[in-house]
Amino acid sequence: MKILYFSWLRERIGVPSENIETSALTVNELLSELILSDMRYKEAFSNPVSLRVAIDQELANDFSASIVGASEIAFFPPMTGG
Amino acid sequence: MIEIQLQTDDFEIGAEQKTVRKRSFDIGALIAFVGLVRDFEDERKLVEMQVEYYPGMTERELLKICNEAKKRWDSHFIKVIHRYGNLCLGDQIVMVMVASKHRKSAFNSADYIMDYLKSRAPFWKKESTLKTKKWVIAKKSDEDLLANWGTSK
Repeated sequence: MKILYFSWLRERIGVPSENIETSALTVNELLSELILSDMRYKEAFSNPVSLRVAIDQELANDFSASIVGASEIAFFPPMTGG
Repeated sequence: MIEIQLQTDDFEIGAEQKTVRKRSFDIGALIAFVGLVRDFEDERKLVEMQVEYYPGMTERELLKICNEAKKRWDSHFIKVIHRYGNLCLGDQIVMVMVASKHRKSAFNSADYIMDYLKSRAPFWKKESTLKTKKWVIAKKSDEDLLANWGTSK
């Protein structure tokens, strides 16, 4: 599964994207796996309420969303376009 | 018809308008909104603004927003250009151009597109001064504007 990070999340984690093996069923489960794997994630995701997630390039309503069958998950802070 | 362009290059609004004017003669109203890089309102001085986006998703979101505007107000032609990369004070960041039969449709479409673009299209801006570099924090007031348009997306 491809995981992407944008804005300050990308800077804190240190990579724009990475491929990982996961058995997580939801965004929350994926986050828990990431946080356990390395301190960088623990720090970057210390306040997940302030973050947004997109599953296969569709914005999800919340982190309980299913990621079963998804190929691309992106995490980012609220958008600031225009 | 809807066109979405993401680019590092600047754009020429006059040329964009001319293209649309010549395309069809059932257009009575043409709105071209341009967003600019502006300075801070305090003593800080902006040196550079960096714009990041999510290739693929950003285009999809912009297309969704424009399709909704087109459906709601029956606008004939919509074009959005958004720049990314490094920009300076006074640079053009974004253009939303709408051509419609009547002005209300064009005004409403452009207004709606900009409101949704700011809070729903995946773009992030980072502002640099000589001393600091900080990611812009999304404003609640921008998010609140979406409620004015009825059913949220």
